[in-house]
Amino acid sequence: MSNLFAQLVLGLLNGAFYAMLSLGLAIIFGLLNVINFAHGALYMLGAFVAWGLLHYAGVGYWPALIIAPLVVGGLGMVLERWLLQRLYRLDPLYNLLLTFGVALILQGLFQLKFGSSGEPYELPQALKGVKDMGFMILPIYRGWVMIVSLVVCLATWYVTERTKLGSYLRAATENPGLVQAFGINVPRMVTVTYGLSVALAAFAGVLAAPIYGVNPAMGADLIVVVFAVVVIGGMGSIMGSIVTGFALGVIEGLTKVVYPTAANTVVFALMALVLVFRPAGLFGKAP
Amino acid sequence: MVLTLCAAALCAAACKKEPAPDKGPGMVAPGSGAAPAPSAGGGKIVIGVLSDMSGVYADLGGKGSVIAAQMAVDDFGGTVAGMPIEIVSGDHQNKADVGSSIAREWFDTKNVDVIVDVPTSSVALAVNKVVTAANKVFLVSGAGTSDLTGEQCSPNTIHWAYDTWALSNAAGREIVKNGGDSWFFVTVDYAFGHTLKNDATKVIEASGGKVLGEVQHPFKATDFSSFLLQAQSSKAKVVALANAGGDTVNAVKQAAEFGIVSKGQQLVGLLMFIADVNALGLPTAQGLILSESFYWDRDDQTRAWSQKFGAKDDGVMPTMIHAGVYSSVLHYLKTVAELKSAKDGKAVVAKMEATPTDDPLFGKGTIDANGRKRHAMYVYQVKTPAESKAKWDYYKLIREVPADQAFRAPADSGCPLIKK
Repeated sequence: MSNLFAQLVLGLLNGAFYAMLSLGLAIIFGLLNVINFAHGALYMLGAFVAWGLLHYAGVGYWPALIIAPLVVGGLGMVLERWLLQRLYRLDPLYNLLLTFGVALILQGLFQLKFGSSGEPYELPQALKGVKDMGFMILPIYRGWVMIVSLVVCLATWYVTERTKLGSYLRAATENPGLVQAFGINVPRMVTVTYGLSVALAAFAGVLAAPIYGVNPAMGADLIVVVFAVVVIGGMGSIMGSIVTGFALGVIEGLTKVVYPTAANTVVFALMALVLVFRPAGLFGKAP
Repeated sequence: MVLTLCAAALCAAACKKEPAPDKGPGMVAPGSGAAPAPSAGGGKIVIGVLSDMSGVYADLGGKGSVIAAQMAVDDFGGTVAGMPIEIVSGDHQNKADVGSSIAREWFDTKNVDVIVDVPTSSVALAVNKVVTAANKVFLVSGAGTSDLTGEQCSPNTIHWAYDTWALSNAAGREIVKNGGDSWFFVTVDYAFGHTLKNDATKVIEASGGKVLGEVQHPFKATDFSSFLLQAQSSKAKVVALANAGGDTVNAVKQAAEFGIVSKGQQLVGLLMFIADVNALGLPTAQGLILSESFYWDRDDQTRAWSQKFGAKDDGVMPTMIHAGVYSSVLHYLKTVAELKSAKDGKAVVAKMEATPTDDPLFGKGTIDANGRKRHAMYVYQVKTPAESKAKWDYYKLIREVPADQAFRAPADSGCPLIKK
């Protein structure tokens, strides 16, 4: 029984990363209608910026948690302005291929420079150590990751669903022309939204660095699962991606106890089922 | 590939206008990076370095293996028996089907005479069959499974740098002797992991220890927390990682996070390379026990060679796979020089087996009739940050296992080529 509890907690921890990444993807898809395959590479970039700050400039974990998302978010805005924007008029498939290409290029460049095994990133001093919860040993850092990501996810949901800014965002999703007519600069809003979503990925990257280390493939390994999360949750549904992210973390965690070698597959089996019976996703609206 | 499939799935969900393409941009042409095909066979020796060039094992073999093969060719003088030597390389992406189709293509169109390296046991076992059928030569340094010299041994294949039996024999015996008598395995779920675990279990039980349990994880698992928690609750004295490369690095890192070692269990990486230790960093890796057949800082000769290697690879020190590629290519070229032909793969391997080996990296050695190259194995412990004097100064020697004990006796291997 205690083992089951432990796996539930671990599942939620992994789910935190899924939720944070799929959230950004859902926002980007909702507003830009872009399937952002570069998301994983930008998550990896966030981790590498944190590593670079420490390695080259001696800047530690806490400042990196702010600086890395800013740097990567800025880069994301450049990417949106220079590349993505040119393809909005075409089929979404073109932007999918573009971001896929960007992801492969970024990953390839980092692989060339840093090799495939990656670089170590030390746990911040204040979050070292473990806490004995009785039913499991919980590393303090993982607890921190779960709390922070839950706060970030809910804050993002609140901003998009409950504030004026969020209402503009949602309105622009429905009818960009009309919102523009009310005097709101929609293209700029789109750029900033892309930047913020990408910054979220970079933030997750910094959070992940002390756990998984920093390596060029870290984004590619995760992004596939995260896309499955978005598909299951419903493309563009923000709450859907948060809930599904955590839920799939738990399901994956339980699979690791019952039938460990299927842990990498279970998410995709679920995705297939959802696509067959609810093509719009669990929380998505049917077109 | 998974990414491509996922793109297609997403398209099904999101792109309404056009059907998904049947071929995604994630497909990489097999054998990409290889040199153009010569017009007709003969007249030169072609060495094919088949490795993981972009995945989890790329730092263990990868471009370093191409450098090592080139160093062997250069040290040999660039030609053999009057024939020029050419090196081609390919990325098998850790997939058995990709590996065997590159091998076939190389034999059919590029006149490749010998394939070297090949990490990932499942790929090596598949390539082993292709090489045997084509009567070429296969010099394995990357893959670990001892099946290559056991039930699936071949008269065309020599297994060079290490194998699962040697790894578990060297580290396993040492640890059981020092009181680590109950074990729990975290095993990667493919050919290599299974043979490593089975070989280690035999050694542990023969030395008086027992195995309490095992959890198998998928290849390229990012998160090991669930598996480690199961290892932790098993209360075994030793938690052994029967995996490799990025999987091992992640597992060791997360084991430190969960306090496996600080709570009194001993963590053993049954297959760890110096590149893994480098990726972990000494603060996390310190104290780990591991076995290797090569360490760059062992003596003057290995240091000199490794410095030369590092100069060609951004200062990175070679792994035992790189050393194995160099040593095996050198011995191959010496043999071809004597035979004056590389056409008959079986004849070349038979001659290689009959000739004692000698090179600066592994010293003097022999090759058994089942294709097992024999040299010493070493049990090392990873230094603490205080003990390490410089970058890549990572190991201290615990024990040397002499060549005659380091590898499985041919009679016990189950290889059909050994007449009992």
